[in-house]
Amino acid sequence: MTQLRVRVWRGGADGGFQPFAVPRQASQTVLDAVTYIQRVLDPTLAYRFACRVGMCGSCAMTVNGVARWTCRTHVDKVARDGRLEIAPLRSLPVVRDLVTEMRGFFDKWSRAEGVFRGARSRRDAFERVAPRSAQRLNVEAGIECIGCAVCYASCDVVAQNPEYLGPAALNRAWTLLNDVRDVAQAERLRAVAGDAGCHACHSQMGCTERCPKGIAPTASIAGLKRAAMRALLAGEL
Amino acid sequence: MSTRGETLLWVAQRASAALLALCVVVHLATMIYAIQGGLTAAEILGRTRGNLGWLVFYSVFIAAVVVHVPIGLRPVLGEWLEWRGTSREVFLVALALVLAVLGMRAVLGVFG
Amino acid sequence: MRGHPGHWAFLVHRVSGVLLALFLPGHFVALGAALEGEAAMDAFLAWTDRPLVKFGEWGIVLLLSAHLAGGLRILALEFLPWREGHKTMAALAAGVSLAVSLAFALALTR
Repeated sequence: MTQLRVRVWRGGADGGFQPFAVPRQASQTVLDAVTYIQRVLDPTLAYRFACRVGMCGSCAMTVNGVARWTCRTHVDKVARDGRLEIAPLRSLPVVRDLVTEMRGFFDKWSRAEGVFRGARSRRDAFERVAPRSAQRLNVEAGIECIGCAVCYASCDVVAQNPEYLGPAALNRAWTLLNDVRDVAQAERLRAVAGDAGCHACHSQMGCTERCPKGIAPTASIAGLKRAAMRALLAGEL
Repeated sequence: MSTRGETLLWVAQRASAALLALCVVVHLATMIYAIQGGLTAAEILGRTRGNLGWLVFYSVFIAAVVVHVPIGLRPVLGEWLEWRGTSREVFLVALALVLAVLGMRAVLGVFG
Repeated sequence: MRGHPGHWAFLVHRVSGVLLALFLPGHFVALGAALEGEAAMDAFLAWTDRPLVKFGEWGIVLLLSAHLAGGLRILALEFLPWREGHKTMAALAAGVSLAVSLAFALALTR
């Protein structure tokens, strides 16, 4: 049986890498390797996972320098000469080992008005939304986000500007901006425009390159820029 | 800067960019055409002196540059030199003025 | 995140923009020499007639065409319907700017 040589980040921000030897297996995922370390080699290793099937968005880590969802990343695909280097996500405070503090990340979703605000109550009829309408298709393109923060960790603007709302929060705001039932669009646009919002985006597309769900936050952010322009020209911003 | 201000700068930057795209294509084509066999003052001025078409073209070109350069440098100064706040905005407005004066001086120079 | 096409496109666009901004005031002052008459302008043009300056001119044309192509990429990305070929777009931008600067280099040496 061949061994996988895995270096894993231990400790907080000023920690370091610890080497482990993990048995190589067929169809092994990066999360499998981390789990083996925690169950067999060192039970003190801290990491996060839940669903193991790419739905919950909790197991993202930096694997050989690239942010990835570890449960759906095969070792075959990313190991270099049988070596893996696994670290916590960039741009988020490290709690311990592979666990990052996600609070700031999700706080930014709230700051971006990433919450649905409707006007109907349970006594009203359902709103009719045409499935093939342009707005519904915009929602479709961005709605499958699982909140894994891979885009956030892959964004150079986030790395440089801690105030920047980031690709995930802005993508969420864009899906809501295209929700015809939502009644807080003016507030939402004010929340996402400006140099902490969509106008800070450099269109480097690190987010779009890395999103495991194939979402293009760059496209969503471009949509916000156009919407902000229209609102400004209409005197509504 | 305010949400409105940032959005306005973004719109101005994209509008000037679209204008510049047209101007730069014409500029590049003119250069590639004109540079063949070397440049002389007589050749350049023969093309531009008293030509209202070129005067309008280069004036629009300068106006777009005056808008585009300071807005483009603004985030560079912020991100690479950590220069933000009022002093940065004052510098950029001054730069716009310098570009406008030098640019129009050159345009009028080759026109008349 | 470094080393992917979008990051290169961003870096080239920013660096070419800064260098062009530095070049422009000098360009305007040189053209302003026309105010002092044909002779002054010819004196300046004679100064530019040396290999190193010619190489610099070629470099500036390369910067200008690179900034143009990169700018068109951003405008397309922000204003046109989203398409998947963004890497193709970055490559196209590089190709177009190289072609323009080569055309200029050819014209320069004729």
